[in-house]
Amino acid sequence: MPKIVFLWSDVVVMLLVAALLVYGWRIHRSPNLRASWLKVFRDPPAMCSAVILLVFLGVAVVDSVHFRRALQNAAGAGAQQAQAYGTRTESLLDVILATQVDGRETTYSAPLATRAFTKDSREVNGRTERIFPRLEHGGAHLKDDAAEWAGDVAARALLGLAAGLLVGLAIVSAVAAVVARVNGWTWRQAWHQLLHNHTDLPLRAGLTTVLALCAVFGPVFALATQYHVFGTDRTGNDVLYQAFKSIRTAFVIGSLSTVATLPLAVALGILAGYFKGWIDEVIQYLYTTLSSVPNVLLIAACVLMMQVFIDTHPDLFETGAERADVRLFLLCVILGLTGWATLCRLLRAETMKLRELDYVQAATAFGVSSWRIMLRHIFPNVVHLIIITTVLDFSALILYEAVLSYVGVGVDPSMNSFGGMINLARNEMSRDPVVWWSFAAAFSFMVALVLAANLFADGVRDAFDPRARSFRPRRNPLGRLARVDRSSR
Amino acid sequence: MLNYVIRRGFYGFLILLGVNLFTFLLFFTVNTPDDMARLNIGGKRVTQEQIEKWKTERGYDKPLYVNDKASGVERITDTVFWDRSVSLLALKFGRSDARSATDIGHEIRTRMWVSLQLAVPLFLLQIIASVGFALLLVFFKNSRIDFWGVVACVLMLSISSLFYIIVGQFLFSRMFRLVPISGFAPGLDAVRFLILPVILSLLSRLGGEGRLYRAMFLEEIGRDYVRTARAKGLSEPRVLFRHVLPNALIPIITSAGSYLPYVFLGSLVFESFFGIPGLGAYVIDAISGQDFAILRSIVFIGSLLYIGTYILIDIAYTWVDPRVRLS
Repeated sequence: MPKIVFLWSDVVVMLLVAALLVYGWRIHRSPNLRASWLKVFRDPPAMCSAVILLVFLGVAVVDSVHFRRALQNAAGAGAQQAQAYGTRTESLLDVILATQVDGRETTYSAPLATRAFTKDSREVNGRTERIFPRLEHGGAHLKDDAAEWAGDVAARALLGLAAGLLVGLAIVSAVAAVVARVNGWTWRQAWHQLLHNHTDLPLRAGLTTVLALCAVFGPVFALATQYHVFGTDRTGNDVLYQAFKSIRTAFVIGSLSTVATLPLAVALGILAGYFKGWIDEVIQYLYTTLSSVPNVLLIAACVLMMQVFIDTHPDLFETGAERADVRLFLLCVILGLTGWATLCRLLRAETMKLRELDYVQAATAFGVSSWRIMLRHIFPNVVHLIIITTVLDFSALILYEAVLSYVGVGVDPSMNSFGGMINLARNEMSRDPVVWWSFAAAFSFMVALVLAANLFADGVRDAFDPRARSFRPRRNPLGRLARVDRSSR
Repeated sequence: MLNYVIRRGFYGFLILLGVNLFTFLLFFTVNTPDDMARLNIGGKRVTQEQIEKWKTERGYDKPLYVNDKASGVERITDTVFWDRSVSLLALKFGRSDARSATDIGHEIRTRMWVSLQLAVPLFLLQIIASVGFALLLVFFKNSRIDFWGVVACVLMLSISSLFYIIVGQFLFSRMFRLVPISGFAPGLDAVRFLILPVILSLLSRLGGEGRLYRAMFLEEIGRDYVRTARAKGLSEPRVLFRHVLPNALIPIITSAGSYLPYVFLGSLVFESFFGIPGLGAYVIDAISGQDFAILRSIVFIGSLLYIGTYILIDIAYTWVDPRVRLS
């Protein structure tokens, strides 16, 4: 029986997912919230990116269930001997991608290659020659790799594509069935409406994204059973696996850091805006002081200090994974504690505006206590700002992680992250011949994640704050004239 | 006006004191000087004598906040906190913690000019390029160019600046061999080394800023005075350049100005990637060498610049918008 390990960030990821579910239930219950979120999903780019984000979130959650395998007790030892556990902390994702984890080569190999990237001395027909040796795992099932390779790859890719599309079509049919049921249409009607994009939500766009994802990941997984789809890195580890593992790091940093900013930002922002006077002065002084230190430097200083602390207390952590995880967790906390100034400023201004409104004045006149006013009347009316900021910061933080890792104050080097991959890729790109695949993998995964997050954030911003400055191109020129907004001042 | 600047300056001084206290807390309380000594001397077995010697050499051997042994004012002045704060406020940075113990003030003074050579052209070109791109999109608003321009912006701002650097270095330095990969030379020669970082930095921020400025311009374009200008029969370029551009400058100044502190600090990542010996590279060296004396000094300079910048931005407001009165 393996021992389930709850790392700090695992607990946080689970709590966040739980919070999302609770929030989902609240949306379901409250007509106002439902209207706002429906508006988000009526925006086709937001719909498509939501699908992609959901897939990434799934990977992150699967990667957040950690355990340590039980070791076989030495023969002859009594039953009373305590069960020993492996030193490696694995996650469910490691089990799913077991072929990638176990299929370790010795050094670089190109994507889908059957032979190593560098020459090595091998004995051929009794003589020692410098050849490109066959890989231990990549394409090991082929007898004559030069002749069979192309056919095998094509066959697997096509098979994977077919399987992927089948899965995709199954999902589409399921959605069509649900649509038919909800609207009381026949099966054929539902298909017709879906194809012509006549549904309330832009389901056609979303389902196209699903199909595209299936079409991409089908062949990838089919090929991954026998090849290294994105090649291997310097120590022979599969790059595709690293990219998948990096998703969790990015998600944790993006979400946990923004959540960590919230308590301080919300509490202080509303307090400052509501009470004004000296409380406002003190809080303003606090955040001006904090934001006047250049952000990277502040984070670097904090992280270095944390590192010294971790180094001087090695006995606190049982395994390397735990240490790396604590570092990730603290990095997020640091990012949160240093990044609350912007949201705080925003909430302060909004609260100042709100507290002069009639309903707040009325509440004051009725003798409602200040705390109750802030909690019941002001907080619910600034939540949209909090949501918008949270979603916007998510992608910015993922990008920031890469820079921090480059500077040397990011996540633990033993932890997979996009920043770490880019950092290594920097040296690989200056090799001759170029090792480009780590870079390509990090690039494609990261752009997909950040782009989806950005598009989703745009949708959320437009839906929750329709008066705010809009960034997107509009087909209807009259839409612009209606908006007169002086919020920038 | 002068009154205002003096008042802001005083407030800025208060903030500097806060920053000083905060950084001191961070650097000296989370880990004591003993920890730092152990880290800097290195090795497994560090004797207490070595630690004391290291601390005495660098003046860390006094109590941190309150000196119980001294009496009167000295209780507070004869401490590490007092020493460090006074010397920082007098812009005396002392020596670095590393074994070489270089003079931080000297390093900063020489590196500052290198950083400025990269940063000033970059700052100006950045505004020109972003505003120009945004104006182009606004000029063709509601057309295909506008649509795909915004799509390109979103795509560009989703790409980490590190990717721009790696691809740019690969293409222009390795494939086409147009510019050296990294390094720096003083004088006019510097242009060869600086051109690639400047272009790549421009590109990496063009997406975000272009989109932001476009939205700002569109906000202005919806106003009555623009309609009036069009009704008078002015040509579209004239409306854009003579009427919309000056009015949109106010939000643009805030947005571009908030980047000014980094102009002096140099772009950390770009300097270290291209081997330009400016302040940014200095910070990265200090971080990898865990040199807290350098970091503390640079944090202090950074906040000094930040405060100065915000006073400058306020003054710039009065210049672009005569309606703004500072009081």
